Amino acid sequence: MPPILALENISKRFGAVVVADGINLALGDGEALGIIGPNGAGKTTLFGIATGTVSPDSGRVIFAGDDITRLTPERRCRLGLARSFQIPQPFSGMTVFENVVVAAAFGNGEREAAVYDRCAELLARCGLADKANKQAGGLTLLDRKRLELARALATKPRVLLLDEVAGGLTEHECATLVALIKEVRAGGISIVWIEHVVHALLAAVDRLAVLHGGKIIAEGDPRTVIHSPQVEEIYMGIAADA
Amino acid sequence: MSQIASKVEHSTRSSRIGIVLILATLAVLALAPFWGDRQTLRLLAEMYAFVALASLWNLLAGYAGLVSVGQQAFVGFGGYLLFWLVIVAGVHPLVAILIAGPVAAIIAVPVAALTFRLRGAYFAIGTWVVAEVFRLLASQISVLGGGSGISLPAAMVISMAPTRQAREFEIYWLALALTVIVLAAIVALLRSRHGLALTAIRDNELAAQSNGIGVMRIKLIIYVLVAFGTSMVGALIFLQKLRISPDTAFSVNDWTAFVIFITVIGGIGRIEGPIIGTIIFFAMRQTLSDLGSLYLLIMGAVAIVVMLWAPKGLWGLIAERYGWQALPLQRRLVLTPKENAGRKP
Repeated sequence: MPPILALENISKRFGAVVVADGINLALGDGEALGIIGPNGAGKTTLFGIATGTVSPDSGRVIFAGDDITRLTPERRCRLGLARSFQIPQPFSGMTVFENVVVAAAFGNGEREAAVYDRCAELLARCGLADKANKQAGGLTLLDRKRLELARALATKPRVLLLDEVAGGLTEHECATLVALIKEVRAGGISIVWIEHVVHALLAAVDRLAVLHGGKIIAEGDPRTVIHSPQVEEIYMGIAADA
Repeated sequence: MSQIASKVEHSTRSSRIGIVLILATLAVLALAPFWGDRQTLRLLAEMYAFVALASLWNLLAGYAGLVSVGQQAFVGFGGYLLFWLVIVAGVHPLVAILIAGPVAAIIAVPVAALTFRLRGAYFAIGTWVVAEVFRLLASQISVLGGGSGISLPAAMVISMAPTRQAREFEIYWLALALTVIVLAAIVALLRSRHGLALTAIRDNELAAQSNGIGVMRIKLIIYVLVAFGTSMVGALIFLQKLRISPDTAFSVNDWTAFVIFITVIGGIGRIEGPIIGTIIFFAMRQTLSDLGSLYLLIMGAVAIVVMLWAPKGLWGLIAERYGWQALPLQRRLVLTPKENAGRKP
């Protein structure tokens, strides 16, 4: 089966720093792929390239068989490519509910009034129902992360890119989140998940890729990859934290 | 969740009080010709023009993130177009104001094509340069007095209304009506689907893009709409002044610096901000202008203090502290069990 999302031979450098060096990565339809790598390995840049906020120096981004390398971020979102941000980016002057309404109405091209019920349900699913009318700028870190997820889901994505959603959460909060992500995936949404919290990642993904110095240095079954010698070498510090 | 019906409300208690207060104030202001003297009417009409200009600039900079310091281009364009239409083409001044809007909107498209290539501070400077070009072009129009400007011929002034008083009343009501229309249009825009996108852009452009909002398209639409409104207000301002010159029409001080001051101290990115700001600005001007240049120093100090102490302006401070909104813009989710509550149509 052809992949739903594919990065083909992607390269990107910021000045002298190479953040992507001929990366090839494909996500099967319905698959959950995890990406790990040390800080500065180029993980978030890869999401930027996939969603269109960063343009690659060379290479192509393919979504559902179409070349989307030159499309704007908003077009990609409407096609069904949603992301959450590592540092939550709420519309802080709007209410939590309005945040999700924006994503539902524009990310999926629906009339505003038509999305209200779906948004209310989504907030309940993400544990934000009682904060629906709170200003998003006043939320705690956990709630901000929940809102990132709720907003991304509101766009009705086919592919969801998650950028360190588990970082800074307690054990219990993390477990709730993993359960939610599994549920999302069971609903047929393909997932790429960048995460430092490795045990959370291992609980949810089918395949794991390791990014280091702008290259994919290992890829395959999560448990095999995580115990491979290359990963243990570059990942010691972070794996010990997790 | 299927037992729960969701319903969305716009108004809050503060916005219901706000609407009543606004309507009462409007009624009092509409009757000003019957209780105010000539001086008061002139002052109020001038205030309305600044409320409108600041509200439009707020839409542009506060919501769409387009910090232009060149809106005097459109104020002056509207003024000059009115003078040209009245003097050269013999158009009635009121019709000329109506024409000034759409023509400015058309002009705004190529201007945007040029300035939108620039970002942030460069965009600001770019818009200023465009305004200076407009000023230089205006000083080349010899039929309108070139660099020294021109007055509206007495015959055309008289053709508006038989007496001076009637004309002053007419211009007063016109200024009030135009400002109410501009504000109502902005409220309608912000309550619409586009307003939702615009508010999202105000808060976070990156997230807006990533959630399917066509940011550049909306910015262009706003730039053109703001030019439309600014030009009509400009036409009215110079109809009231009865005289125009390149330096007054394209003054960066009057039409941009003061407008930014008003918006910033009132509360940028809030619809109520420019109204509060205008009241403060005029209160200061009326009480302090005798002090000469000291008055400008005090104004600068006020701007600095507000920016440090209340970076979201005075209304921003109030709104954040008490959750007030004078106009029903927010969408509040109200959940009710389905058995008891009917759906809102």
